[in-house]
Amino acid sequence: MDAHSTYGPETKERVGFFTDTSVCIGCKACEVACKEWNHVPEDGLNLTGMSYDNTVGLGADTWRHVAFIEQPAGGHPPRTPHSDGDVRWLMSSDVCKHCTHAACLDVCPTGSLFRTEFGTVVVQEDICNGCGYCIPACPYGVIDQREGDGRAWKCTLCYDRIGTGLEPACAKACPTDSIQFGPLDELRERAAGRLSQLHEAGVAEARLYGEDPGDGVGGDGAFFLLLDEPEIYGLPPDPVVTTRDLPAMWRRAGIAAAALAAGAIAAFAAARGR
Amino acid sequence: MSETEVTREGQHGIRPGSQAVSGGSADRRWGRRRRGEQPVVPRAEFTSYYGQPVINAPVWRSPDIPGYLFLGGLAGASSLLGAGAQLTGRPSLARTAKAGAFGAGCLSMAALLHDLGRPARFLHMLRVFKVSSPMNVGSWLLGAYVPATGVAAASALTGRVLRLGAAATAGAALLGPAVAAYTGVLISDTAVPAWHDGYPEMPFVFAGSAATAAAGLGLLAAPPRENAPARNLGLFGACLELAGSHRMTQRIGMVAEPYHCGRAGMYMKAGEALTVLGMAGALAARRGRAVGALSGAALLAASAATRWGVFHAGLASAGDPRYTVAPQRERLRRRLPATAAEAPR
Repeated sequence: MDAHSTYGPETKERVGFFTDTSVCIGCKACEVACKEWNHVPEDGLNLTGMSYDNTVGLGADTWRHVAFIEQPAGGHPPRTPHSDGDVRWLMSSDVCKHCTHAACLDVCPTGSLFRTEFGTVVVQEDICNGCGYCIPACPYGVIDQREGDGRAWKCTLCYDRIGTGLEPACAKACPTDSIQFGPLDELRERAAGRLSQLHEAGVAEARLYGEDPGDGVGGDGAFFLLLDEPEIYGLPPDPVVTTRDLPAMWRRAGIAAAALAAGAIAAFAAARGR
Repeated sequence: MSETEVTREGQHGIRPGSQAVSGGSADRRWGRRRRGEQPVVPRAEFTSYYGQPVINAPVWRSPDIPGYLFLGGLAGASSLLGAGAQLTGRPSLARTAKAGAFGAGCLSMAALLHDLGRPARFLHMLRVFKVSSPMNVGSWLLGAYVPATGVAAASALTGRVLRLGAAATAGAALLGPAVAAYTGVLISDTAVPAWHDGYPEMPFVFAGSAATAAAGLGLLAAPPRENAPARNLGLFGACLELAGSHRMTQRIGMVAEPYHCGRAGMYMKAGEALTVLGMAGALAARRGRAVGALSGAALLAASAATRWGVFHAGLASAGDPRYTVAPQRERLRRRLPATAAEAPR
């Protein structure tokens, strides 16, 4: 059962992103469009030395993050990006995965994080009390606490836009359609077609990431076509929702609590007469 | 892009840009793990994105959260000690343990509240009941437990409302073990490698550490003639804690590294040493008040050191992508032994 089918007749078709990194040109229009539409505050204008990446990773104030990877050819040390032929340049626009089994949502103690009628995962900022539990729960390192604000923030998949029939700001701004928005089923079909197209063209290293409903998070609502191993892009190779093990954790805690009580009883029993 | 019609249902029309074939045959050399070029031994090297962590590290601060773990344990196990002392006619130990449970319970709530990004919204914790959120369960648990310890302590210290005090003592003793053990679930239910991977043992480490702390408080503040149960509980807790953490760090392989080095390693080693010292002192000087008190202080410090060690081991494991990526790679390799190292999957 889809988690969002609890909406009954109000349930909408599950939507998401297919980010095809093979056509990403690293323009960062997605980052800018996201910041502008969602009023995400400025969070430092620094040069990191990580190729053209100056936002480093997803966080409270970066909901789209373009990764830049420069790979040397044939064992040469990496040169400047301008020495053509010697460097393969990978670019990928990362975003919240809107997991089918979302750890952030599971562990949220206030119910601030919720599943929308579109199957996406959104923080209610009037509820969040900044406990920070969602942050280490996310296996992808997406959500984070905003400094000076205290609450947790992340991509909403433009909940305000999709509700009125618009596509999210990042997808709208993407000039190469590297970011594609739509019903998840349709995106999966499109991605499979794109993958075989690339394989036929000899791009053997192309692979999909997060599209499999059988993976550790039940499949991502936002999935990717990558040209190298996920960890090259800063993505976990085999993420698992932490709450999958929660029933076992509660059982172990139950046994530990019983052991503590038994130990205390034994401590008094052994002390009789002394 | 003018050909592309964009609606919420997706995009329609021609998308020449997204059909572009990157690289293609000219870039075949990049398919570096193709058949025929397979190394015999799987690649041992570890790759990451500029060494950046994969997960976002907890924003929980010290001393708030390690203090919360320590005080919750001290409170929970003290409630057991207090109830047992009342039942077996050890009034001084009962007063000490009950007051300790209430004080530690209040302080742990204060630590939790202080760590919130929006402390004024603390009560939002209680707008839902969610077993999938250990923090939510813990909030409900503490919401019932701390008032019970308050009534129990007030009754014990004033000698009034004895029947209500006895009921509250029993209630606190029932909830105490849960308060002491649930924090093991709280931190394990995250993507932090050193915490999550240790989930089978973590509640035992924490329950043992709780017993050690409560025993320490008893030895520190109650007279030696009433302290035999505290000594026994301390011995039990020390064994549980040391065995649990030993088993955990043995089992989780390379993810245990943060428990052995850096700041976390220092705290863990200090915890072990203080546990052994404190227990040795308590057992050696059964009648000596000064040595007993010193041993009790050592046990309290041991429990706190263990919590701080576990806390910092988690932070260290979250900050290094190796602890996230390498075990996941290994898992994939075991699941798909023939194809794991081969692209595309």
